[in-house]
Amino acid sequence: MSELLLKIENLSKSFGENQVLKDINISINKGEIIGLVGENGAGKSTLMKTIFGMPVIRETGGYGGSIKFEGKEIDFKSPFDALEAGIGMVHQEFSLIPGFEATENIVLNRESTKNSFLEILFGERIKKLDSLEMEARAGIAVGHLGVKMDPKTIIKEMPVAHKQFTEIAREIERENTKLLVLDEPTAVLTESEAEILLQTMKRLANEGISIVFITHRLNEIMKISDKVVVLRDGILIKEVETKKTSAHEITEWMIGRSFSESEIIKKVTENKEILLKLDKLWVDMPGETVKKLDLKIYKGEILGIGGMAGQGKLGIANGIMGLYTTGGKLTFKGKNLELNKPKLPLENGVFLVSEDRKGVGLLLDGTIEDNIAYPAIQIKNEFVKRYMGGLIEWVDKKDVEKNALKYIKKLEIRCISSKQTAGELSGGNQQKVCMAKAFTMRPELLMVSEPTRGIDVGAKKLVLETLREYNEKYGTTIIITSSELEELRGISDRIAIITEGKVAGILPPEADIIKFGELMVGIGGTDGKN
Amino acid sequence: MENKGKKILINNIVPIVILIMIVMAIPISGLSRGYLVQEMVSRLSRNSFLVLSLIIPVVAGMGLNFGIVLGAMAGQLGLIFITDWRIAGMEGIGLAILISLPIAILLGILGGYILNKAKGREMITSIIMGFFINGVYQLVVLYGMGNIIPMTNKKIILSRGYGIRNAIDLKNIRQVLDKSIVLKVGQFTVPFLTILIVGALCLFIVWFRKTKLGQDMRAIGQDMEIAKSAGIAVERTRILSIVISTVLASIGQIIFLQNIGTMNTYNSHEQIGMFSIAAILIGGATATKASIPNALGGIILFHLMFVISPRAGKELVGSAQIGEFFRVFISYGVIALALVLHQWRREQENKSERKKIMDMQLSGGEK
Amino acid sequence: MEKIKSYIETMGWPRIIIALFLLSMYVIAPFVGLNLGTSLSDTLIRFGMNAVLVLSLMPMIYSGTGLNFGLPLGVEAGLIGAVISVEMGLTGVLGFWGAIIMAVPFAFIFGWGYSQILNRVKGGEMMIATYVGFSSVAIMCIMWLILPFKSQDMIWAYGGSGLRTTISIENYWQGALNKIFPMADKIPFGEIIFFGFLAFLMWGFFKTKSGLAMKAVGANPKFALATGVNIDKVRTKSVIMSTMLAAIGIIVYQQSFGFIQLYLAPFYMAFPAIAAILIGGASVNKATVINVMVGTFLFQGILTMTPSVINNLVKTDMSETLRIIISNGMILYALTRKGGKKNGK
Repeated sequence: MSELLLKIENLSKSFGENQVLKDINISINKGEIIGLVGENGAGKSTLMKTIFGMPVIRETGGYGGSIKFEGKEIDFKSPFDALEAGIGMVHQEFSLIPGFEATENIVLNRESTKNSFLEILFGERIKKLDSLEMEARAGIAVGHLGVKMDPKTIIKEMPVAHKQFTEIAREIERENTKLLVLDEPTAVLTESEAEILLQTMKRLANEGISIVFITHRLNEIMKISDKVVVLRDGILIKEVETKKTSAHEITEWMIGRSFSESEIIKKVTENKEILLKLDKLWVDMPGETVKKLDLKIYKGEILGIGGMAGQGKLGIANGIMGLYTTGGKLTFKGKNLELNKPKLPLENGVFLVSEDRKGVGLLLDGTIEDNIAYPAIQIKNEFVKRYMGGLIEWVDKKDVEKNALKYIKKLEIRCISSKQTAGELSGGNQQKVCMAKAFTMRPELLMVSEPTRGIDVGAKKLVLETLREYNEKYGTTIIITSSELEELRGISDRIAIITEGKVAGILPPEADIIKFGELMVGIGGTDGKN
Repeated sequence: MENKGKKILINNIVPIVILIMIVMAIPISGLSRGYLVQEMVSRLSRNSFLVLSLIIPVVAGMGLNFGIVLGAMAGQLGLIFITDWRIAGMEGIGLAILISLPIAILLGILGGYILNKAKGREMITSIIMGFFINGVYQLVVLYGMGNIIPMTNKKIILSRGYGIRNAIDLKNIRQVLDKSIVLKVGQFTVPFLTILIVGALCLFIVWFRKTKLGQDMRAIGQDMEIAKSAGIAVERTRILSIVISTVLASIGQIIFLQNIGTMNTYNSHEQIGMFSIAAILIGGATATKASIPNALGGIILFHLMFVISPRAGKELVGSAQIGEFFRVFISYGVIALALVLHQWRREQENKSERKKIMDMQLSGGEK
Repeated sequence: MEKIKSYIETMGWPRIIIALFLLSMYVIAPFVGLNLGTSLSDTLIRFGMNAVLVLSLMPMIYSGTGLNFGLPLGVEAGLIGAVISVEMGLTGVLGFWGAIIMAVPFAFIFGWGYSQILNRVKGGEMMIATYVGFSSVAIMCIMWLILPFKSQDMIWAYGGSGLRTTISIENYWQGALNKIFPMADKIPFGEIIFFGFLAFLMWGFFKTKSGLAMKAVGANPKFALATGVNIDKVRTKSVIMSTMLAAIGIIVYQQSFGFIQLYLAPFYMAFPAIAAILIGGASVNKATVINVMVGTFLFQGILTMTPSVINNLVKTDMSETLRIIISNGMILYALTRKGGKKNGK
């Protein structure tokens, strides 16, 4: 029975100097369900992209090691080759045509057609669709899933769960699907819907389809998977039979690492004055939804916000700044702060250094000095000389330059001059420009999201040190949102972990790292009422 | 129940408003019902083919194809040649279509290729493309014909020796289609063959939607990325939709001109794009949704307005000129209005979609 | 070699081709019996006529509202100002400035209304702008017929009502700008200085706080939003500016041309202006004063030179046709370029 379907041997992949996968060895048998777990950046998505033949892998130098599917070495030049070979993938974002019926989506580009003489003249595509047969095929696929769903329903009128099932039906409808990869399929489902999906997966596996199940919900993994594969920092930590392990153990493997050199400085916060209070905050940020979150931020503290990707941590700061549709209540310094109006938090002394450096944080075609001065000019009228009774607000270039030079020195921004285009700088220096922009505003509450993502070690150190300096010297309250737990532990006074759009729990930085892991995967923790 | 009624109202606001205006204006204009009905019959028969040719690009997500002007030019080139060779009757029509076919296909491929390079800006690009190709057409017809392109019929050449005249009498093929089979319904004369041909096109469009190619176009029209990742040849299919539209437009222009009987060599095709699109928009179509009822209903509404406004203007204000200008204003204003409403509606739809999803997440996601 | 290559890339092949084409026209001119001096002077005169209209496109391009296909709307405001000025019998420099002062409030109102529409259709501005422009010309046609103007120089003779199609301002304010400068009929110093003045104002505006905000909205709307800029307000400002400049532009045009052209004349006016700024190197969301100047010069140069040269060369008048091909070809090229973060229809 245990026929080998997929064998991955010594797989490694680097993007430039960054090695993302190191020497991975996995075997998947026919009809097995493998639960794949790992933190952000552990290498899960790169692994899937490699198996699936995504062009980006080839374009960045290919991979080392071998992948054998059904005994043969694979050489996929595109996802179509993978589909052809029998590997299907259901991504997190739905790939469905909204105005089509489920049937039409299930057989998209594989429709049944009736023969016609016109084919000779005009080619294959002139053939008329055989709707009856298409419906039958869709019916069978849906039936396979064991779900009650009318295939004639139009996608945009379907509940989310049905959309998920339609996606899966599409993959299994392909004649020779042998391996199915599901990326966080239960993320948008309610508990009961998730249950149905898990049963469906079990059924498919029993029919001989192997499934790779990527999720952070360990309880689901424990329920239906045969094997668990844990990745951490690109290394395969463990491949073990599910029945021989536990959720707690898995968490350990996912998170556990030795302490890094960064010391954990514990600050004594005596002042428990609340600066910002979030009540039932919800934020519609695609991919990082926040769902009715409660959180208190104290004056003068450095609050770290962590959690796995897509669980909502990035949505919080964006919601506070009004960059996405937000609801709930925001109380700043005791007064209600109106939502969805980006100008208000800026005027009241709140500033966000966005995680989207190039998209939101910078005018890539603008000069360094202009970028730094922008918000101060627009919001606080600084660097502006007023003439004719305020009719003309001329930007004082000299002042702007002076300010820029100050920060270029302080943050060691490597550039030709303050007039260099921001787009030409390296990632680290671009981040420093964003920080300089924030400091120019002298905010009371400074929020930074993913401050050290993609920047070199030296810049990283400088950024974190400067944040700490501003906190200690000027009492700036800081919220730092990051995927890197170690970074948060090195600088924060408290760390809140966000899972499924809510605060799963708040821990002190010196807490056992396993506890953080448990909060991230949804084990333990309160609803974050701290 | 009330909500449904409201929805129908909003979805069809443009044709409804125009209908109200027309109904108010008919008595003022003093035109008889009989006259209007007969006019509409002949206008339907001569314009439908052209307006219907707009449908397929909309389905494929290319927006409103102002590039049907290219097809019209191809059709006119065919007519110039058969007039030059003095070929009459049905053979003339047939030959004109045959000649214009390869030209239309080539122009369609060119047009599709250009539009592919301007994704997201297809409509404005097709307007400019129409102007541009018009310039090339002029180069060929006004300078090339009788010169580099040998012409035999001196009657259609300008006095200077080369270049086609501004107006060509199409007496060889005038009303050939219309008069071949005539139906008398009461006091009205119906050009039956032409109507049959239009009917055939309608059937074709209905059938086409049910083919694999039609399905691919529908998929691309809704979401290009998803269609691409499903393996549909997006670029090629888009070009195909323009080719089909251009070919249909060339035939449509030939049908149109055989009814009119005269061709304004340099002008006949120019307004065609504008009028056809105004018609289909008045009929309730949008840049992303167009159907046969939109086309046919729109032609009736547009042409009723076309015929009535000058007269109504004359009776009301004493100036037919004002009525004329008013008609021009409505034609363009309707397009602007339809486009604005459509864009605004799309935004509302997106907003309510997101709200629905968010609400579900907030309530359903409770564990 | 590398430097030349990168220079060509920034310039773009079409621009280089057009520049070379124009140069060749000037070179050929003497050989086909055209006076080079006259040719250059003709080009300069047409430059003076059109430069402000092309300049008017800049604010909207900067704010990301696209190429202003609705330019006719601003032109109509300018026409209103012009006919009021003639109706009031103003002449000379007073007439010219009178027309502008009368036109500006209309341009402001028209521009404001126009911006309200454009703000609701972000992403599809260009299409809708075109039709708003066309509709406005049609509505104004009705207005020209029914507005109660009395001036004998403007209304139809023989007791007709309504304004004439073309109104001569020879006796009013034709040439008002150039009169005080030497060589008024050869080099339009007045118009060039006036253009320079407006260009300077434009340059100055973009150094102010609002100008900076406008540039940000067009370059990166997300950035602007995150900086608390009111995007709709900024766009409205840019549309009003463009409309007002278009009104001023048509008045400059008229004082050079000597005629006020009503009714359907403004219909297609957007296209040559847009072609000119694109030839000068601008794109759908980036334009500088240099683009305006270079583009207007090249475009008008080709328009003046090509017919004369080719006419004398081939003994045929192909000017109209060539103009259609060149101007629309340029716009087509710009629309099919990649880039422009916003997709516009």
